[in-house]
Order: sequence, then structure tokens, then C-alpha cells
Amino acid sequence: MQIFLPIADLPVNVFLIMGMGLAVGFVSGMFGVGGGFLLTPLLIFTGISPAVVVASVTAHIAASSFSGAATYWRRRAVDPQLAFVLLIGGMLGTVSGVTFFTFLRAYGQLDLVIAISYVVLLTGVGGAMLWESIGAIIRTRRGQPPTLRKSGSHNWVHGLPFKVRFKRSKIYLSVFPVIAIGIFIGFVGAVLGIGGGFILVPLLIYVLRVPTSTVIGTSSVLTLTTMTLAIILHATSSHLVDAVLALMLMVGGVIGAQFGARASLRISGEQLRLLLGLLILAVGVRFAVELTLRPTDLFTIRALEPGP
Amino acid sequence: MKALAGLLLALLWLLPLGQEARAERLIASVSNHRVTITPDYAGEELVLFGSVERDADTPPNRGPYDIVVTVSGPRMTMLTRRKEKRLGIWLNADSREFINVPSYLAVFSNRPINLVASAEVQRRQQLGLNNFILTQRVGTDFADVVPGDPFRAAFVRLRTEHGLYREASNALTFLTPTLFRVGIPLPPEVPIGTYDVDIKLFSNGALITRTDTAFEIAKVGFEQFVAEAARRHGWLYGIATAIMALMTGWLASIIFRKD
Repeated sequence: MQIFLPIADLPVNVFLIMGMGLAVGFVSGMFGVGGGFLLTPLLIFTGISPAVVVASVTAHIAASSFSGAATYWRRRAVDPQLAFVLLIGGMLGTVSGVTFFTFLRAYGQLDLVIAISYVVLLTGVGGAMLWESIGAIIRTRRGQPPTLRKSGSHNWVHGLPFKVRFKRSKIYLSVFPVIAIGIFIGFVGAVLGIGGGFILVPLLIYVLRVPTSTVIGTSSVLTLTTMTLAIILHATSSHLVDAVLALMLMVGGVIGAQFGARASLRISGEQLRLLLGLLILAVGVRFAVELTLRPTDLFTIRALEPGP
Repeated sequence: MKALAGLLLALLWLLPLGQEARAERLIASVSNHRVTITPDYAGEELVLFGSVERDADTPPNRGPYDIVVTVSGPRMTMLTRRKEKRLGIWLNADSREFINVPSYLAVFSNRPINLVASAEVQRRQQLGLNNFILTQRVGTDFADVVPGDPFRAAFVRLRTEHGLYREASNALTFLTPTLFRVGIPLPPEVPIGTYDVDIKLFSNGALITRTDTAFEIAKVGFEQFVAEAARRHGWLYGIATAIMALMTGWLASIIFRKD
């Protein structure tokens, strides 16, 4: 069944788009990530213009992270204090990210920066997660206790001042690293047009030692807030949010997110991290391959604003 | 007054070609002057019908007619970029801007354009994709370059792959020696706006007469409402989309709630 998209100006298959939303929604519900890093390349592959894709995907991420966040909230798997402090940093980071984005676009090397950042971030984060989770799984198999959160295990982050007790997560640490992570995620998200959940989750786990039980729910809340803001910003500045495309994506996405959230409760934290690490690494490698292999077509066309 | 009339008569006498040009008249019409984009639009085909009207001035020994139809969609400025390998990475290096070129361009004829007219006439009348002027900005200059230019060739090829540019040298058929028809296929990814249809009549390699008509492609109803809202009231549209997203997410978490 074909439907014509009013903003993207082309017909798409309803079931294909909803299927993509469903699959990516499952992933985002399972890992508490927005899934933008998966959905954006998938949609561009269907022929929709990248600018419309980036703007519309924000609505899908908002919907599926809201659905996920609501489920986690009821299961008391969200740390509202932690989410709030992260959000303060996130807002600051978004503003500076948008400024940097504008500067890069004026300089003319935006595409390259985005492509290289994708490769570095995805392969780096994915590889590190994979390495760590394989180690953790091997240790569990051998009967050793998991080393991730030994009581009393502190790194330099835990020595910083202005300590706050985040009750739900059962951690006691300085607000500075939390705000810094928020700024970093907001910045990267604005520049690369992604929610940033896939970077946030490992940062919370490895740097702040937030327990796996609250990390995903809290990450969903942050993603939800920044993406809701992003929808409005995109609609106001570029007018490229396609509501019909977004609706199809989010209907598939929220259903997928529910099943994803259920599935995540059935498997262990190590396995979850292993799967997410594999997925992120795979997308990163795909981007790297695309950059280094000779493209099938060297030429591309991009429509500019109608001439005078 | 008499002198003026005499002068006009003399002028007409001196312009036998001009007189000949009035010997035939082209009449043409498309099957639908307003194509509406509805949610189920997935491409369409219009039909152009036309006839060559002969009159008393038409030379009796006039050879068979040839017709070239050029359909051009709303004009846009487009950037064509070429990737190059630098430091092991393929990245967009060189680019050319195509200024105010048709977003849709289709050329139909009853036989190959090379048989219809000489290369000189083809170039002058802009017959066929190779002869249509596509203005490029090269640095500070504006020019159309040779058809073999890699950027122009890539531009035409990419547009053709999307069904937006096409050239069909057998698409136009003569039902009788003077009555013709041609199908104008519109791709799913069709640009919105006004389309000009230019019809040129040739005989023995010379242009005899021409006419033009037009049709419009427009969004209606829901499609138009969404597009207008997004363009005119971006702020409200964004908030509405955000609310829609949150409602969808909330509904799903209620529907799927088990506990």
C-alpha cells in the first residue's frame, strides 16, 4: 500500500516504513537508545531526502522513548534526579551544538565531519562495549563475581566535590561529571542529528557507575526531552518535519519499543551490552566501509532553494 | 494609409518563409490540465492529443510531418557533487550548480531526433536532452557546456534514473497523417508546479510551426493542508507533531500495560 508523503513529496510503502519503525522501536525499547543512528540511514536508503529524514526521525524517537520511558517509570527504573541534572547539561550542550553546526555548514565541511564522527563514535563505543561485555560474560561463566560494580570501587570521578545522593540509582557522586556528560550528549546530538542514547548509556554505566537497572529508563527520559525540543526546533527552522512519515514510523516504533522493553527485562545486563555493542559496531563498520570503498555512483544531486 | 498597406504587402511578399509558417496550424491539448496529488498518488500518465490543421496555403507536396514535444516542469536550482578519494576517504570534492533548470524534462518525438532535423536546427531549437540548455554556474561564469561534460552527463543520468528526465524517440504516434498522440508519464517523485508543453512541427528538417499548452500538478486536501501548515505555521506544526508523538507513545504504553 502506497501513501504520498506531503513534505517529502514522494510515495512510500506504508508497511515498509512501519516495519522499519517497528524494528528500530524494538531496539530502542530494549536498550533505551533512540535508534536514530539506525533509522536515519535506513530511511535515506528508501530515497527520502536526508534533511526530511533527520527532521522527521526526531518525532519517532520522541514517541518511542516516551513509550519506553513510561514503562520504565512504572517499573521504578527511572532516576528522576539524575535525569534532571543530565538535562541541565543536555540543554547547554544542544545550544552550543547548534552553534557549532551553523559554523561548520558555513565552512562547508559538515558532511565530512558528520561521517567521520559517526565512524569514530560508533566503532569506538561499540568496540568498547563489546570488549567489556565479553570480558564480563567470561568472568561470570568462570564463576567469578561481576567486576562492574564492586562495592567501594571508585574512580577519579567519585573524588570530585558537590556530591549529591541519587537515591533511585543508589549512587553518591558530584554533579559536575553528570552535567558534563549531559553537555557532551546534547552537543553531539545536535551536531550529528541523533538522540545520543547509545553514547549516554555506556557513559552512565562506565564513568558514573549507574546501575543497569536505572540507566536505560533514565536515558529514555533524557532522549525524550531533547527530541521533543528538536521536533519543534526543526519544524520552526527548516519546515522539513513530515508528520505523515513521522506518524507511520512512530506507530511501528512504539509497538516495537514495548516488546523491546519487555525483552530487555529477560536478559542479563552483560548480554544486553554485548548485543548493543555488536549492533553499534556493525553500523560503525558499515559507515567506515562506505567512506573507504569507491561509491557505485560518484555523483549526487541536491536540490537548492528555488533560484531567483 | 495606402502607402502603409503597400509597404506591409511588400514585406509579406519578401518573407515567403513567414507566409509558409502560417500554412499549417498545430492544435493540441492534454487529457488533464490539473493533476492532483492525493495520498494514493503513485505516478500517473497524461495523454497529449493534437492535430495538424492544413489550409489552402499548405504546399500540396509537403513531406511527412515530424513532431517534437518538450515537457518541462517547474524550474529549480540543483547542486551536482562529485566524490573523490582523498586520504583514503571518498568525499564530496567538486560541485556544479545547475541554475534554474527544469525539475522535470521530457522530450518525445515520432522518430529519432537526428532524423527529424540537422544538428544545427537541433541545437537552435533545443531539441532533445543533449541540446536543452542547462545553465551551470562555473565559478562566477554562467554557461551551458558541451553535452559530454561529466557534470552535465551525470546530472541528466541521475534525473533519468528517477524518471524525472526522459527522451523517447518513438513515444509520439501519428494516428492519421495529421492526428497524433503521446503519453506523458509522471513519476511518483513528481515536482509540484506548472508544466509547460512545447510542441514543434517539422517537415523535411525545417521547423514549420509550434504551439504550447500547460498543465499543473498540485497538492489538494490533506496533502495540501499538511504542506501549508508546515510552511506557514512551523511553530504550531512542530508543537502539534510533538504532541502527536507524545500521545502515540503514551497510548502505546497504556495499551500494552500488563501490570
